Amino acid sequence: MDHLEKLESQSVYILREGYSQFKNLVMLWSIGKDSTVLLWLARKAFFGHVPFPLVHIDTAYKIPEMIQYRDQLALEWHLNMVYGQNTEALKNKQTFPDGALDRISCCKTLKTDALRNTLSGAWPRYRLDHVQKKYVLDENKEPYTGVIVGVRADEEGSRSKERYFSPRDKRNDWNVGDQPPELWNQFKTDFAPGTHIRIHPLLDWTELNIWEYIGRENIPVVPLYFDQGKGERYRSLGCFPCTFPVKSTAKNVEDIITELKTGKFSNIAERAGRAQDKEDGGGLETLRREGYM
Amino acid sequence: MKKDHTQAAKMNIVIVGHVDHGKSTVIGRLLADTHSLPQGKLEQVKNECARNSKPFEYAFLLDALKDEQSQGITIDTARSFFKSEKREYIIIDAPGHIEFLKNMISGAARAEAALLVIDAKEGVQENSKRHGYLLSMLGIRQVAVCINKMDLVQYSEKIFKEIEKEYRAFLKPIGLKPKAFIPIAAMLGENMVEASKNLSWYHGKTILEMLDSFEKAPSLDAKPFRMPVQAIYKFTEEGDDRRIVSGRVESGSIAVGDSVVFLPSHKRSEVKTIEEFHAPAKKRAAAGHSIGFTLKEQIYINRGDVMCKGDEEHPLVSSLFQAEIFWMGRDPMVMNKEYKLKIGTAAVPVQIHEIKRVFDVSQLKKSERKKQIDRHEVAQCILECARPIAFDLAGQIEATGRFVIVDQYDISGGGIISALVKDKEADLRDEVEAREMNWDFSIVDPKEREARYGHPPKFILLTGKVGVDKKNIAKEIEKTLFERGAKTYFLGMGNLLRGLDVDLEKHKSERHQQVRRMGEVAHLLLDAGLIILATGSNLNDEELKILQEVTDRSSILVVNVGENHFREGIVDLNLNAKDAASRNAKKVMEFLESEKIIGKV
Repeated sequence: MDHLEKLESQSVYILREGYSQFKNLVMLWSIGKDSTVLLWLARKAFFGHVPFPLVHIDTAYKIPEMIQYRDQLALEWHLNMVYGQNTEALKNKQTFPDGALDRISCCKTLKTDALRNTLSGAWPRYRLDHVQKKYVLDENKEPYTGVIVGVRADEEGSRSKERYFSPRDKRNDWNVGDQPPELWNQFKTDFAPGTHIRIHPLLDWTELNIWEYIGRENIPVVPLYFDQGKGERYRSLGCFPCTFPVKSTAKNVEDIITELKTGKFSNIAERAGRAQDKEDGGGLETLRREGYM
Repeated sequence: MKKDHTQAAKMNIVIVGHVDHGKSTVIGRLLADTHSLPQGKLEQVKNECARNSKPFEYAFLLDALKDEQSQGITIDTARSFFKSEKREYIIIDAPGHIEFLKNMISGAARAEAALLVIDAKEGVQENSKRHGYLLSMLGIRQVAVCINKMDLVQYSEKIFKEIEKEYRAFLKPIGLKPKAFIPIAAMLGENMVEASKNLSWYHGKTILEMLDSFEKAPSLDAKPFRMPVQAIYKFTEEGDDRRIVSGRVESGSIAVGDSVVFLPSHKRSEVKTIEEFHAPAKKRAAAGHSIGFTLKEQIYINRGDVMCKGDEEHPLVSSLFQAEIFWMGRDPMVMNKEYKLKIGTAAVPVQIHEIKRVFDVSQLKKSERKKQIDRHEVAQCILECARPIAFDLAGQIEATGRFVIVDQYDISGGGIISALVKDKEADLRDEVEAREMNWDFSIVDPKEREARYGHPPKFILLTGKVGVDKKNIAKEIEKTLFERGAKTYFLGMGNLLRGLDVDLEKHKSERHQQVRRMGEVAHLLLDAGLIILATGSNLNDEELKILQEVTDRSSILVVNVGENHFREGIVDLNLNAKDAASRNAKKVMEFLESEKIIGKV
């Protein structure tokens, strides 16, 4: 087995364990390359099917190509696609692009709060109707208690301390120092009522592995990752006011792999183009304690 | 030209040892001397130290890298990355403090090899021993012991030899044989990447040479085939009729057409296809792959069963086994308390049957009197599961020979199985295995039979004391089921006693034999696809185990009338003995509907 086969096998194992152990399970799909690889791995795990809803938090500031790509794949792959949004904040213009908030508070409002309330069912959820090919209000208000997330240990400091199965209490608190032991592929699957679980099947993957796998499996990704001729591309995708392209002439997956291995990005962090990380003093710890993924 | 490491397999190394024996310095020095640090980092930390007039330490590098990662470069103290000429390494820094033992275990359990650091001046300490013991239990065979801070003992060969002798003597009885003892002065970089001039009496490998000499775990393809079943998937509503038995192959390999057996149930079938999404069709699957199979016969199997090859050595099956356990729980592990055992994908209630020895790891004194296993202790004991499980001895196939123990909601212990202990049903199980191995299958597929009859086969067993009415409830259910079109039959115990059992003495000692025969009859009727009703007065746990062993455990439904004297978790439905038979029968019908055994009217 090569290293990609090993990573794939472990992720598939974790996904199947999660699915067999938890009800009300969802997968977060940010439309970025990592969670798209995660989605692909779910199709691997369940033999072409995705037996749980995919949740996307739409901040309304995502780059438009991202939403277009999301809906195209959702229809094509028959995904149970659900999105949530902080409509109040958007309506009242309480955002960073509106000049009302700093970047961190904006992330908290449009992402963390929206995510928490979408998961709990407190705010409306919109489900893709495959017949009408449009989003309709989802009748199901049951809280989602298990969330599959595509974080990688190599992304930044706090993520390297994650477990594959990570319990959070009702307030989403994460006690980094006192995490359950995880050994021999036995994960924490027993919980006091009220506990939520986050499942991290991509923990062992690196940015390079993600691209190698996208290349090997020929997984469709948003074209924003590639240079369209202007000499720049996105290395990490987010909201357009806070995510900046990097100078690069990588036009396809092979170019990106070469660039990551030997080029100028071989020792510059992937999230360097994400402005909110810098405002959080770096580690994203504040945001992540609040429930940021 | 930079060497491309990415295709070479990365190796996970854990660094363990007593607190302050120099783990961080070893890591810092390895990062620095293999040029794996970000540019200018070393100078920056050195300058900072000079400015604050404190002596530079390589351990500071790790702290500095933590700051660095705030600025975006992703190195964590818990996991660092470096490269040698040969390959890439991930270094897992396991906490040396006893409070973080479960973190140490989580880290070390992922490693393929370990460096264990001992301070030459302090010698073998409590956690040097504890970590050594745990490495052995975690199955890490490639261990190098680094005797650090040799500069503080004037590079004395004598002191080095003494520590080596003492530590080897400690490790020997627990079966851990280090690949090497290496004298180092990590702080000064001696014997880390470069050989030390001050340690010229030492002719062995440096740390880096040692790491490069560690081997990737050998392939498990040659071992007997084992796949703990994770799930049986059927996505019918999406127009997919495949019934896929899925899991990860832990050892061995298998091909289309191979005969397979599932344990502990002994169900047999044959591999029809190997299933994978977005991959070329496969005829063979081997260790390490998460995969799926469709089978020729649609047999009843469950998550937790171990899929094996028919013609290979099978796992052991018993409800009793001997294990070495390490305990991490805040509360001790005690006798007469039910825990949950998780082995492979199976989960089953478990209790301590007998504590043979408790080792105080730090002292390694054996205590044979203890009646509990305290936090951070290691013990040898016999565990008893509520039902038989399939397993291997950890020395033979690791993945199916080790387990964790859940107390309440938390994984609180881990263990490896060292011996089989025969339980009471062992002989019976052998007979059943022989029966199943040679079973002559009906040409009618059980799933087709189920579809035609509109229900799966089921053995509804009404239990309770003598004198409590069970038979009328059973007959009432039979009637209702029959009227609703189910294939059903009341199996009268009296009919068996006066017929099939007539050769048996009407003696209490023959009761087990009567129960066994009842089970065999039920097994035939289940194979015929029926819902069987039967009663058992004063049936006890042991007799129920016989029935479960002889028939298919998952098709038995235990309905107890009146006082329940079974062990917890065995009874599926409890009925009030004071209620009328018709009312109780109705409750059972509702239960069958809620369990989706029969459809609602």
